[in-house]
Amino acid sequence: MTEVTYPILRTAGIDGMLVTFGGALSEPANRAALAFRAAVDGEGWDGVEETSTSLVSTFLRFDPLHLGHSDLQSRLRELLQSQEWTQADLPEGRRFFRIPTVYGTDMAPQLDEAAEVAGLSRAEAIRTLSESRVRALAIGFAPGQPYLGELPEAWDIPRQQNLTPTVPKGALVVAIRQLVLFSVTTPTGWRHVGQTAFRLFRPDSDTPFVLRPGDEVQFVETPPEQMANMEKDPDGGAEWERIP
Amino acid sequence: MGENPVSAELIVQEAGPSLTVQDRGRTGYLAMGLSRGGAADTLALAEGAALLRQSPDLAVIEMAGMGGRFEATEDIRIALTGAPMRASIDGAPLRWNASHLLPRGAELKIGAVTRGAYGYLHLGGGVDLPERLAARATQMTAGLGEPLDAGTRLPVGEDPRDDTGWLLPVDDRCAGGRLRVVPSLQTELFPKDQLDRFENVEFSRDARANRMGVKVTQDGPGFAVDGGLSVLSEVILPGDIQVTGDGAPFILMAECQTTGGYPRIGTVIPADLPRVAQAPQGAPLRFSFVTLDEAVAAQRAYLKHCAALGKRLQPLVRDPADIPDLLSYQLIGGVTAGRDLDTEKERP
Repeated sequence: MTEVTYPILRTAGIDGMLVTFGGALSEPANRAALAFRAAVDGEGWDGVEETSTSLVSTFLRFDPLHLGHSDLQSRLRELLQSQEWTQADLPEGRRFFRIPTVYGTDMAPQLDEAAEVAGLSRAEAIRTLSESRVRALAIGFAPGQPYLGELPEAWDIPRQQNLTPTVPKGALVVAIRQLVLFSVTTPTGWRHVGQTAFRLFRPDSDTPFVLRPGDEVQFVETPPEQMANMEKDPDGGAEWERIP
Repeated sequence: MGENPVSAELIVQEAGPSLTVQDRGRTGYLAMGLSRGGAADTLALAEGAALLRQSPDLAVIEMAGMGGRFEATEDIRIALTGAPMRASIDGAPLRWNASHLLPRGAELKIGAVTRGAYGYLHLGGGVDLPERLAARATQMTAGLGEPLDAGTRLPVGEDPRDDTGWLLPVDDRCAGGRLRVVPSLQTELFPKDQLDRFENVEFSRDARANRMGVKVTQDGPGFAVDGGLSVLSEVILPGDIQVTGDGAPFILMAECQTTGGYPRIGTVIPADLPRVAQAPQGAPLRFSFVTLDEAVAAQRAYLKHCAALGKRLQPLVRDPADIPDLLSYQLIGGVTAGRDLDTEKERP
């Protein structure tokens, strides 16, 4: 295959444009996607209706009847050349959350299986997961739901062959050196290793979506008997502080 | 209606298994993982708005497969669009794709679809539930709203108009057909012979279809990219055609997730998505690639069509030519009057 030089521009549907900064997940590509989205928002181009980021891309939804594809592409190329995006600063206003998490037990039944696939003892698995400070690389799939990374290399484990039919809201699942904290009850191919009482999507509150890309999270180990208490609080006992 | 100060309610007396309040959905939340959602057949929203001469932003009742029994607490205007269903007011059959007066206390009965998948009940003034995140659309995958149950009382918005009895001739979109597709993120990863086959074979709408996506199948071998099935998770849009593990294309619909890691062979253009939504199980579907310029031109034509629907309205008159038609409606209504209710009782 021919070598691809990033960033690349691709169209998505008739009204989407995707700017991709890498072929695989990397911290610089993720950082570039976040910074480039902020720059596009700052431009305030007429016809751009909404922007978002995924792991390594910035996405623009626009009105193709009023802003042509080639016009938008040339504006994006010009903006891409204005700086080295992979070295851009992370977004401002980032926060660090410490979210109490029950590892294993019948609340998170795949901890032992995941540890075995990662080649770790149960204690090592809990230690490495609960001590890792991971970053929200993207919010997506379901409302407010973060993809967090990257975990130590041992956690580069594949998704399961078969889907788990359902994991509950607040479930912490792992695969491919990433964690996902589920905002809704859903089937998943990732392994369910922890359970929190943290509510990511609060549609009737002033902050319907709690986490933002760039925020950092530590999933602190908590005894299972704390869960009943944690569930009384939409924050699930979590604490947060601003990252200076 | 216009001069009536009392605000009306629509009471759901009996509910099919999947009645939901829908509108044009929520935009602006993609970055936060919330997809647009909204009506599965967006053309039906425009048609209902034209029939009632009101805004296409007002909320409606979407009926998947089966309707229900309804009563209004005041005289209200209604319109029926999308997949045709057997409908009557106090036993008198109703034309589909038309507007009607629903008198206070009368029984509006809407049965099973006769073709297609999603029927729509529009109310003069719209369903006036409070907005959540700037829309009224039910989005069950996000935990926003639930299907309507028997006993639900829906507030009806203020309606400044009182004209009913309009018919809107529409082209049939409940039988599948050719879907125009633009290339998507991974189209070029599929081998040339597969892309040719993708355009040349006839697919059939599978039993697996809902507001999130519609699976299509065919008799030949499945589709797959060279590099395997796992690509980096990337933004998803309604219309994207994912190829999952079993090699069958899956067309993502209004309530799809916002990101996904399966390769996408193409994207159905928005103007053709109502035909995907309304294709009944087993309906034939074909895919044809068009250029972006052609797709943008098609979108321009589609929006123009939606904006001009009001000019196509015809008075709903009972001239002699309509009489055989009316008789056949009554006959069908008489034969199946009890069966609709039995079917509803059988649901879980």
